[in-house]
Amino acid sequence: MKSAKFDYVVAKTVADAAASLASAGTSPSIVAGGQSLVPMLNLRVAVADVLVDISGIEELKTNRLTATGMTIGALTTHAAIEDGKIPDPFDGLLRKVASGISYRSIRNYGTVGGSVALADPAADWPVCFMALGADVCVSDGAVARSQPITEFIEGQYRTSLRKNEIVIGLDIPRSDAPPRWGLHKVVRKSGAFADSIAIAVQHGGDKTACIALGGAVPRPLLLATTAQRLGRGDTSEDALRAAIAQDLRASTVQADSYLIRLHSATVVRAIRELRNS
Amino acid sequence: MRPITVELNGVKVADEIEPRETLADFLRDRRRLTATHLGCEHGACGACTVLVNGKVTRSCLRLAVMCDGSAVQTLEGFRDDRIMETLRRHFHECHALQCGFCTPGMLVMARDILLRLPSPNAETVRIQLSGQICRCTGYANIINAVVAAGREIGNASDA
Repeated sequence: MKSAKFDYVVAKTVADAAASLASAGTSPSIVAGGQSLVPMLNLRVAVADVLVDISGIEELKTNRLTATGMTIGALTTHAAIEDGKIPDPFDGLLRKVASGISYRSIRNYGTVGGSVALADPAADWPVCFMALGADVCVSDGAVARSQPITEFIEGQYRTSLRKNEIVIGLDIPRSDAPPRWGLHKVVRKSGAFADSIAIAVQHGGDKTACIALGGAVPRPLLLATTAQRLGRGDTSEDALRAAIAQDLRASTVQADSYLIRLHSATVVRAIRELRNS
Repeated sequence: MRPITVELNGVKVADEIEPRETLADFLRDRRRLTATHLGCEHGACGACTVLVNGKVTRSCLRLAVMCDGSAVQTLEGFRDDRIMETLRRHFHECHALQCGFCTPGMLVMARDILLRLPSPNAETVRIQLSGQICRCTGYANIINAVVAAGREIGNASDA
């Protein structure tokens, strides 16, 4: 299959991109790495009348590390993180997540911002950023806003992005004591989107925990009860499984018995990896 | 139609394309560089792997218009490349191909693996090559060939 026709404009700045989006017809689309968008256009599950190419915008490529947080520019590629080209104050979590996304040839061009903006519930970055309590930074060229990723992602492939807005980066809080983390992912085939992916993070200072789950779910979600048990150190297998079941019941996940077993297994394994680290 | 300029296998070429054209179609249909094979055309098989600005990428997932001003290298551009010469020889000796359809992508990816992870073991090669599909399922010999080529290049650089 080949894509339907579209126009193509190159944006040099965020303001430039926002202006192109605002003046476009009904279905403009941002393209950065294009690693999800191009196949979706080719398969015609996505349509765009104009592609706004933001891949050359320098201001979206900067990463900043401060004492209290880290900002990742939207155009940072998975490969750059995998190769340690940007700082990873989370004790290797970012590198681990990046290196598990698809294949190297995809990671070379796929971007962090693209992954968050697409909001595929089975994608790795939204789950990771939820576990780390990140905010998504968005701009319409004039006004920038920032929103917790748990609110930014509204559903399957649905975000709070307005037509003339683009994701400019992620703000992740950090403390002096690096967190401990565990990750477990179940995929049918290496490089595929996850059937289930869980990331557990326990902060170094106050030992509070965050557990995010993605995969075959309507949208990635935080498991609050399970995280509380982990924070208290109540991590017997039975206690965890009961808490996970409670969290899944409280969510919009419609899981059959197989999916409940699958998600429970990934969460328990992620927590076990964290405890063993 | 839009004009683009690409440094293709070391030679600057100017052409006109539609924005919706993939790099793969540009290479095969407009430039007649048919070593780049198209298997799935949606990023699942890896047969169309090429380098853009030195990075491996799937040419079916890149729009040609986004490669304006870039350097693109296809299998044809590796004729005199030392690593590729070694890989070619080991693919031949290990019988690392049957129908040959996946081979261009395998070779371009294998070269990238050897540059990033010198002298890889079979486990590493298996993981790193897992995005390249061989429908003849001759994976064992492909992995053997890449490991052997890596070992030969590693030994040569140690000496």
